[in-house]
Amino acid sequence: MNIIEASGLGKRYGGTWALRQCTLEIPAGHVAALVGPNGAGKTTLLNLAVGLAAPTAGGVTVLGGRPPGSPVALDGIAFVAQDTPVYKNMSAADMLHVTRNLNRGFDQHYAETRLGELGIPLKRKTGKLSGGQRAQLALTLALARRPQLLVLDEPVAMLDPVARHDFMASVLTAMTDDGVSVVLSSHVLADLERVADYLILLSRGRVQVAGEVDGLLASHRVLTGPAAEADKYAEGPVVHVRRAEVQAHLLVQATEDDPVPPGWEAHPVSLEELALAYLREPGAAVLPGPARGWAMPVDTGRPSEVAK
Amino acid sequence: MTALTVPARPEQDASPRPVPWRRIVWVTWRQHRIALAGVAALLGAWAVYLVLAGSSLHHAYAAAVACHPASSLVCVNLIGNFNDTYSPTAVAVTAMLQAVPGLIGAFVGAPVLAREMETGTFRYAWTQGFGRWRWALGKLVLLAVAVAAAAGAFSVLFSWYFQPFLAEGQQNPIAPLVFDLRGVAFAAWTLAAFAIGALAGMLIRRVVPAIAATLAVYAGLALAAGNFLRPHYLTPLVTSSLKLPSTAWVVSQWWTKGGRFVFAGRFPPDTIVRQICPPSAVGFGKIGPGTLAQCVVQHGYTQWTSYQPASRFWPFQWIEGGWLLALSVLLIAVTVWLVRRRAA
Repeated sequence: MNIIEASGLGKRYGGTWALRQCTLEIPAGHVAALVGPNGAGKTTLLNLAVGLAAPTAGGVTVLGGRPPGSPVALDGIAFVAQDTPVYKNMSAADMLHVTRNLNRGFDQHYAETRLGELGIPLKRKTGKLSGGQRAQLALTLALARRPQLLVLDEPVAMLDPVARHDFMASVLTAMTDDGVSVVLSSHVLADLERVADYLILLSRGRVQVAGEVDGLLASHRVLTGPAAEADKYAEGPVVHVRRAEVQAHLLVQATEDDPVPPGWEAHPVSLEELALAYLREPGAAVLPGPARGWAMPVDTGRPSEVAK
Repeated sequence: MTALTVPARPEQDASPRPVPWRRIVWVTWRQHRIALAGVAALLGAWAVYLVLAGSSLHHAYAAAVACHPASSLVCVNLIGNFNDTYSPTAVAVTAMLQAVPGLIGAFVGAPVLAREMETGTFRYAWTQGFGRWRWALGKLVLLAVAVAAAAGAFSVLFSWYFQPFLAEGQQNPIAPLVFDLRGVAFAAWTLAAFAIGALAGMLIRRVVPAIAATLAVYAGLALAAGNFLRPHYLTPLVTSSLKLPSTAWVVSQWWTKGGRFVFAGRFPPDTIVRQICPPSAVGFGKIGPGTLAQCVVQHGYTQWTSYQPASRFWPFQWIEGGWLLALSVLLIAVTVWLVRRRAA
């Protein structure tokens, strides 16, 4: 089952496309990271998936073909929006009660126990909680609904490093213990690297990379060699060229078994390196489908070079 | 870190039964209880005043009515005193109460959606299992019924307070100010103001501008309805008699002579009146609009008056209540439709 499936999905606000030509399948059972710079269309994509926005072009379904925003979809998806909005004049207990009333299922015991373990006072107004506590409260409200899919939009953007770590650990626990599928977005990949096993890279309203993290890492290598020879490889599977004074680092789409040119060394790539390289090359893409594995430049052709 | 596991999911259900409607009641109450308390405080304070002022007013009126013989100078003075003492206050009260439906609409209706949009909490509320249009409809209907019921109860009290002035047969019950505080009109206006507020909040998406817009639209609609719509709810009666019932609401007057309009339909200008009815002909010391009109009529002119009789009070109440109810239903339906289709 695909928890989110989009085809040709586009959303225009006024004259600008926040998202365009987005074709995507996120299979169930993953923690999928939606990564991209500010304004890449992450929030737009998530809003479309949870039914808060309607597409301008194309279509999107969730939970195996359900229309977003429909009762069946709302029932199975818990969404935590950016800045974790909760009613600030209500206590945490009131928020639990409101959420319980607005959903078919709500595990009050689980929610209360979890807030107790996190040391979040039930009687305190949510407006007086810290940012981390409020995010944890919003996550608790979402998890207690027993969703099949948990969608988190920039959940840790406002949090300090400790709160970030705790929050991500909570998400991971939910995923491993119960198999809740998770889609979360961030403009900081480092936040998601430890937990995500599926990566979607959005850039300027387009999907640039989509795939399982393991597969992406296995199909990319960094080649290091003489800078003078870098141009020889600037075609084809090279995603990005980074030149130092003497050496050049090429991110190429290649597996461990692919031959390495003489005088060059191959290294495995980290997820952050990989994402960064693609974000610097808006023309490159790696998407599931017929051309899987090899990048077909989308519009700019030759990768540009970044002098280090 | 938490060792607590996430509870098992319920069975996947292709078409789950929706969350019952009654669950929105507590949510609505919890979110809007302060606004509702404000309504209770506003109407409650006025109610206390009306009860206190009304009981002394009724005492004084009962005393004036009990006076015998009614035509004696003592009794006439008693009625006159009653009017002089209580009428100005009652007029002021009536004028101030005109604002109440607008205030309720602005401070209860406008924030319902505007606050959710302004603070971003709509992204929480609209993604819960209850469903966003059901959420909007449930909340709006509950609040609308609550404020309309409170206003309806209040207008019963106001009718009691104001009764002596109407019983006297001098006050027109259909004309603006008193008409919309009695019968079903007050509840209907409160309902309409609430619906205006809800839609304004959804369109403007910010609380303070939505409140201002609600007050402005309510005031405009109330003025337009009182001055331009209500006189025409039913075809006015037309008479050429100069002696109208004192409770009649005059819609318009015009003059004819020999089947033609004269004086452009208005009361004859002074110059002409002085020509055909010089003060000497009317008699000094008696000059008033009535005697002048009689004199003009004696010279072959006819004064026509179209008016709404006081007996049409209830038909007019039902007409006004009816269209306001229809308008409110329409506005709330549009608001819910906007919630349903709005792209965030």
